[in-house]
This record gives sequence, C-alpha cells and structure tokens, in this order.
Amino acid sequence: MNTEIKQSPSNGSMSELAIDARSVVKAFGVGDARTVALKGASFSARQGELHLVVGPSGCGKTTLLSVVAGTLDWDEGKVEVFGTGLDGMRRSAITDFRRRNVGFIFQQFNLIPTLNLIENISVPLLLNGAGRRISEEKAAELLKRVGLAGKETKRPTQLSGGQQQRVAIARALVHEPRLVICDEPTSALDSETGHQIMDLLTTAARAPGRCVVIVTHDPRVYGYADRITQMEDGRVKAVLDGEPLQRFVQSTH
Amino acid sequence: MLRLALKMLLGDRAKYIMLVGGLTFSALLMTQQMAVFTGLVSWTTSHMRNMRASIWVVEHRVEQVNETKALRDTDVNRVRSVSTVDYAVPLFQGVLKARAADGSDKQIQLIGLHAGTLKGRPTVMVEGGDEGLERLRIANNVVVDVLASKRLAAGLGRPLQIGDTFEINDREARVVGICKTEPHFFGYPYVFTSYDQALQYAPRQRKMLSMILAEPKEGHTAVEVAQQISDETGLRAYTVPEFEKATVDWVWKNTGIPVSFLTTIILGFVVGVAVAGQTFYSFVLENLKHLGALKAMGAGNGLISAMLFVQAMTVGLIGYGMGVGLTAVFGFMVRPIGQPPFLISIETLVGTLFSILVICSLAALFGILKVARLEPAVVFRG
Repeated sequence: MNTEIKQSPSNGSMSELAIDARSVVKAFGVGDARTVALKGASFSARQGELHLVVGPSGCGKTTLLSVVAGTLDWDEGKVEVFGTGLDGMRRSAITDFRRRNVGFIFQQFNLIPTLNLIENISVPLLLNGAGRRISEEKAAELLKRVGLAGKETKRPTQLSGGQQQRVAIARALVHEPRLVICDEPTSALDSETGHQIMDLLTTAARAPGRCVVIVTHDPRVYGYADRITQMEDGRVKAVLDGEPLQRFVQSTH
Repeated sequence: MLRLALKMLLGDRAKYIMLVGGLTFSALLMTQQMAVFTGLVSWTTSHMRNMRASIWVVEHRVEQVNETKALRDTDVNRVRSVSTVDYAVPLFQGVLKARAADGSDKQIQLIGLHAGTLKGRPTVMVEGGDEGLERLRIANNVVVDVLASKRLAAGLGRPLQIGDTFEINDREARVVGICKTEPHFFGYPYVFTSYDQALQYAPRQRKMLSMILAEPKEGHTAVEVAQQISDETGLRAYTVPEFEKATVDWVWKNTGIPVSFLTTIILGFVVGVAVAGQTFYSFVLENLKHLGALKAMGAGNGLISAMLFVQAMTVGLIGYGMGVGLTAVFGFMVRPIGQPPFLISIETLVGTLFSILVICSLAALFGILKVARLEPAVVFRG
C-alpha cells in the first residue's frame, strides 16, 4: 500500500481535515480486567491548526492520541489521517506511514542519552533513508531554529529540561511531517520554558498543510490552541473554538 | 542507523564493558581449554612424529601407538617377505627406570632403533648431530632428548651433556647426542639407543619386539601395503593417519580427558550465554523507552532487530578477539616450559568464533523478542 501523502492544492486550509476519527472504541485487557479507554470517541483536527486535547487523567486522551498517531490498534471505528484510512492497513504500512508523516514529542523527551544532539535530531531522516551528511546538515539547521546552535555535539543529559524539549521538537520537525503529535510537552517544564516551547509549536503548526495535536492537562498552554477537544470518560465532551474557547481559557486562569 | 546503534551501545560503558568482559572470558575459556585439549591429543600421537615411518606394524590387538604388545622376533622377517614392502625394521619401546646423578630413579621412554638403518631416529639433533646418531651403534651409547637431559641431571647442577653417563636398569648409558622431541603423552623423557642395546637395558622377557617399522616399495601406497601386510601376516599394520586416528579414538573412548575438557568448554559457552544474554537483555530493557520511541517514529521490527543484532555481534567479535588474544598470550607464556600441552588449531578458532556468534545471536534474540512485542504506543505511557 502506498502511504505517501500527496500535497493537496489546498494545503494550509483551515477547513481541510488532517485527522478524522469517528466512533473509536478501544479496550485494554480481557474478562474482569477489561477496561474500555475509548467509548466511541470522535475527533477531528484541521490542517494548519494547533489542536489541544484536554481532560482529566484517565479520560482516554493519550489512548486517542496513540490511535490517531497510528501507534495503537483500535477495536471499532474509523480513523483517517490526511485522507488516508488507517483501518485495515498492514502494520508495516502504518509504520511506513508514521515514518513519513508523523513527528512525535514526548513528555519525557525520549532523547537517546548516548547520542549527541545532531545524531538525535537526525534519527527521523535516517529512518527515512536520508544520507548521514544531509541528515546532519538538516539537523544542525533545525537545532539553530530552536535556538540551540553551538550545542551540536552536546549530549541530552548536558541540557536543561527545556533545552531537551527543544531538541525533541527539532527531532519531531526535521523530516517535515504533516502531523505532529505531542504528549504533555510542557508538563515537565517551568512556566517560562513552557511558553517558549508552545511558541515553537505554534510556529510549527502554521506550516502549510501541517497539524499539531497536543495532549495536555497544563492550563497554562490552553491560550495557544486554535481549537480544544475536551474529553471525559472515554468520550469527547466538547470541541471548543471561537468565543466558547476564549471563555474556557479565561475560566481556567 | 546501525552506526547510531553502535554508538548507543558504546555509550553505555558499564554494559559494554560487562558484555565484552563476559564474552572475552567465555572465548578465553573455550579457546584455552580447546587448545590445551588439542595439544594433549597431539601428544598422544607425538610418538609417531618422533620416530617417523610410513607403516607401523603391531600385534593385532594393539589399538593405539602408546600401547605395546610384544611380537615374535620372526615377525620382522614375515613383514619383510610381503612383496610390496621395501624394508622393515624392528623397534623396541618400553618404559624403564633410569638413575639420575643424585641416585633418584626416573622413568624414561626407551626406544631401541634398528642399528643398520637407525629407522625411527630423532629428526632434530640439538647436540651431537649425525655423528652422535651414528655412534648409537656402539655399545652403551644413547641419545637423550632435551627433557631427559634435564630430568636425569638431578643433582648434577646442569643438564646432561655429551660424554655424561647415567644408569638404565643398572647398566651404564653414555650420552652421545641430545635431540629435540615432541613431548610424550605420559610425559616420559625419550632415550634412544640401538635395538640390541635396548634389549640389554630392558628386563628379559620371552618376546621383546615392540613394533615393526616398514616402508612401501616405490609405486605402492602405504595404505595398500599396510593392507597387504595385515592380510598376509595376521599382524596389524597401520598407516600414519590410521594409527593417529585409532590413537585419538582410543583416548576419546577410554579416558575421561575429553569429557573433562568438554565440560569446561561447555561451561565457557554457558557462562557466555548467561553473562552476555543477561547483560544484553538488561541493556535492551534499559533502552526500551528509546527503542519504543524509535518504533513510534517509524523504525520497523526488522530495523530494530538489525540494530540489536549488530550491537550483539560487535561485542561478540571484540570479545572473541580479546579472548583469543589472551589465549595466545597464555600460549606464549607456557611455550618455554612446555607444560601444559598447547596447540591452537584453525578448527579451535573457527569453533570458538561460531560459539561466540551463537551466544551473541541468542543474546540478541532475547532482546529482539522483547522489542518485537513492544507496542510503539508504550512511549506515551509515562
């Protein structure tokens, strides 16, 4: 199956869907230990938007994120990412899809401590078959863009948490993915660093045809969202934009 | 990515050193024990290299070269009468007591050579040269090997030299040459003399002929001549490869030596699997979140398996190199002493390499199975 995403002429249009997940059901365990994490959740995110998924712990945010990122199988429902249906796709095809089209930012950064920053950032490019020299040049460019020029040969452990998260952002963007998935990107950071990270992600979300989805329960960052999906007990409770979104943001401050 | 995989491993110094150390120890144990065993096995047939002959004729029940069942004196002529035999000569071999300078008794391997041809004579003379060998035809003269020159010199303060005397079975033996030999399986020093003189030294028995050394006539192979001797005389005639094989087989069947060495070699393998397997598995577990992140980013199971395989094989090859290197150092250290027997064969090197690669494959496999079952979504679970 060809999983290459073709750039549509209407890239950047707020109206074009990046993610369209409908009635997704996902359960873990069997018998008495069975827990239903997603109970028919429907979720959509548009190209060019920074979309937050919020809700209390255990409401299914991370499970939903995992499903739309193609890292977790689901039991029922339909999931389309940039018009490509992930349903019924072979595992290897989904892996291929993720490699080309998805960038990841994790709560704990997940940088490889034994590699230097350039090597960490160049991983997605190498996975996509790019040569070492080109990968490292591109990685250096991204490192500069996130404000860490001059630290190319440092190891992640030599950086602060905020700097590590910047490196993680550079790694997530280096292969120019159309979907960027972020799992609690600011929860391990202080307020000022958190805002710097959100500025970077907002800029990233404005790239043509890109969508940034952030799972968070950090109210400090709600103000950056173009739209917010509220989840509760495995279902989408509300999708906020415009005036309701402003009221929600103000109410959480 | 494979380069980065290696950097991941090399960056974890503790695990890397533990892995290389474990594999080095395993390779050292397997190679060193195998080399000592091979050396010991080679000693079992050293007799044949010390007294070279194409065909060895023995009593029909003799199973290996270090065993003697006496033949009748007339058997030499029976062998000579075989049409394809060029010539055949008698050989005496026996373990006798010799008296050292300090009066202590030492056991020696006495070899009695046919005086006419000196067939079976030592090939490398350290002192005395060919002239010394020729003088074996004179009564009471002997050529001793280097080991005998040291062992029988107890109380003398120096090794035996040409002209020195000692006693074999209360009879005088005068040293006319010193030769180099491969060590005897039982560790006895070699003393060469003429066949007739050997019969003087040895306690008298009804039959004194130990073996017959024969050579095939031109145009005939040792195999066909040996077969013809066996057919026509009822004696057992071995070619060199046959006698070597029979001797080694005998050691395998009748001594605990192979089992003992094999046990240590297997232990080396098990230690390798345990240390490398456990350490590598723990390395994989510690890197699980990074490997999970790689999977999430689109690294397939094939690529991650290749990364783990390359990591395991790299430490395997380094450990193998270091283990073999240390074994070689051990070999150089024991070489001047001559103990224990030591022989690194190409089979030993290939066998150890294969074992180390199997160990590393198993170690990698444990990790691969773990990572293959890993859901990429695990990276989102904190």
